[in-house]
Amino acid sequence: MEKFEKLTGIAAPLPLINVDTDMIIPKQFLKTIKRSGLGVNLFDEMRYDDDGKEIPDFVLNKPQYRETEILVAGDNFGCGSSREHAPWAIKDFGIRCVIAPSFADIFFNNCFKNGILPIALPQDQIDVLMKDAEKGSNARMTVDLENQTVTTSDGEVFSFEVEQFKKHCLLEGLDDIGLTMEKAAAIDTFEAQAVSARPWV
Amino acid sequence: MSAKTLYDKIWDAHLVHEADDGTSLLYIDRHLVHEVTSPQAFEGLRMAGRKVRKPENTIAVPDHNVPTTPDRVQGIKNAESRIQVEALDKNAKDFGIHYYPVNDVRQGIVHIVGPEQGWTLPGMTVVCGDSHTATHGAFGALAHGIGTSEVEHVLATQTLIQTKSKNMKVEITGQLRPGVTAKDITLSVIGKTGTAGGTGYVIEYCGEAIRSLSMEGRMTVCNMAIEGGARAGLIAPDETTFEYIKGRPHAPKGAQWEAALTWWKTLYSDDDAHWDKVITIKGEEIAPVVTWGTSPEDVLPITATVPSPSDFEGGKVGAAERALEYMGLKPGQNLSDIEIDTVFIGSCTNGRIEDLRAAAAILKGKKIKDGLRAMIVPGSGLVRAQAEEEGLADIFKEAGFEWRLAGCSMCLAMNPDQLSPGERCAATSNRNFEGRQGRGGRTHLMSPQMAAAAAVTGKLTDVREMM
Repeated sequence: MEKFEKLTGIAAPLPLINVDTDMIIPKQFLKTIKRSGLGVNLFDEMRYDDDGKEIPDFVLNKPQYRETEILVAGDNFGCGSSREHAPWAIKDFGIRCVIAPSFADIFFNNCFKNGILPIALPQDQIDVLMKDAEKGSNARMTVDLENQTVTTSDGEVFSFEVEQFKKHCLLEGLDDIGLTMEKAAAIDTFEAQAVSARPWV
Repeated sequence: MSAKTLYDKIWDAHLVHEADDGTSLLYIDRHLVHEVTSPQAFEGLRMAGRKVRKPENTIAVPDHNVPTTPDRVQGIKNAESRIQVEALDKNAKDFGIHYYPVNDVRQGIVHIVGPEQGWTLPGMTVVCGDSHTATHGAFGALAHGIGTSEVEHVLATQTLIQTKSKNMKVEITGQLRPGVTAKDITLSVIGKTGTAGGTGYVIEYCGEAIRSLSMEGRMTVCNMAIEGGARAGLIAPDETTFEYIKGRPHAPKGAQWEAALTWWKTLYSDDDAHWDKVITIKGEEIAPVVTWGTSPEDVLPITATVPSPSDFEGGKVGAAERALEYMGLKPGQNLSDIEIDTVFIGSCTNGRIEDLRAAAAILKGKKIKDGLRAMIVPGSGLVRAQAEEEGLADIFKEAGFEWRLAGCSMCLAMNPDQLSPGERCAATSNRNFEGRQGRGGRTHLMSPQMAAAAAVTGKLTDVREMM
């Protein structure tokens, strides 16, 4: 997995609540058997009209947001389906960090498996970041995972919380399966106990 | 020993390892797999030279992509869908996992097949690369959706890295009034708590109205726990649960059944267990409901009118404006005046035999409104066979419904069953998101009875007027 340490980049404002996974990547793009190539269809129905032409008003279509690396959004981002195609599409577009007041559980977990940092901050701080993001490509936001801070283009600093294990895995780019495999003995022991305690399973 | 909730008990029984920061390794008893969220996971295993740790506890069935028209026996026409299903065929064979292929009578929606075949049992941990895995919580199993990376993790290690959620109790007291169903319960709860109200929690549903539900109804309730933001929904097992499970193909038998039963009967929340959040709703106060907007929390009784954005606060004002625009509705309009052109009865929320019986009871001897497209998509081949045996299929066909083969179908519209832009659907599924049932399609969620009533009148209808 690609590491996430510190990122300075363009932040795009998406001031919508309940951005669901069908919005992030509609179902017709779930038919792939690969993880890559989904960025072009990120937010497909908001981004393209019925003829497949770009809708100029949509934030990621604006010239100043084409190189977006950070997304600032409303409450309950990523609600809906478990499709990991959502973070795959976000990452493939080039976005490495999503900042919102809250996230849906499965999407939140899926981000960490793909080198994307989801940051939850209180609404009043999101309001400041949203305003900063509206400045476009002249304003660069900085996200520092090690120090757990987001810094606006004006230098205002907000601290965020992150689970230590998830932080460690992102900073080091660690593969979960490899880490769990190191606990194979504990799994073997548990499984042997479970078979005698609940043989019907 | 301190008092525990049902969630605490299942968690503790599956805890392999817990780190100082609370990051835990949880053992997984059942892993359900479908064609859309698994190909990349199997590919990952191949590339790393890994095997499936417990193929005997891993069950796969194609459901999302499969056409539901009779011609599917000749193969899937859409090339991408076909490739995904063929990939699952191959992966199931190569890795030696249980498999119900497209043309097996037991094929169906993974969350209907699991319980039907007796794979889902009380006290288990159940995961699947699908958010509606919450359905299995109806058995008192800890069940939730996972992403594809986690699918690969479970395939390889039979465990999942988790942090524990908080405990939330949702109590539905008393009894439901006539015309009110499990779907109305679960939608009403989301209407009250919001789609993020359950974020960070596992919900246990309890109370007299929940106890009175059949297993089918309980599955409907737990199915939509995810729409309320919860990681999982649970209902403590009881005689209704045991009765449902007994005799199913993969349920324990003989002495093992007795041993299992002894443990299952300990699976309830202790009286003095700690709850981080409690919601109580009176069963008598729940009405038949429909959704008016593009979030499952946009729930109102069928007797209400379309709300105005000014009825809301914060980010919900803009969301309501956007939803009304998308849905083509005006504030103050009677919900029962909204005309529809499509009816979809099916999905893992409402594609079980009881749902079909309820719809048939309304449709018996009636015809659907002229010009309407209406389809019934049974949740599994066995549900379909049972409905045919009970004469329900004839009622549907005589009423003018299409009688389909099993699959997810128009719930998420990955197969050819889709809405066209502007089309409006009365649906028994679980999500009314923008574009969910097809780009520009408009979805109103409701119970099977309500969808059947809408099919007859051609508009959203209070089913109580037809009972």
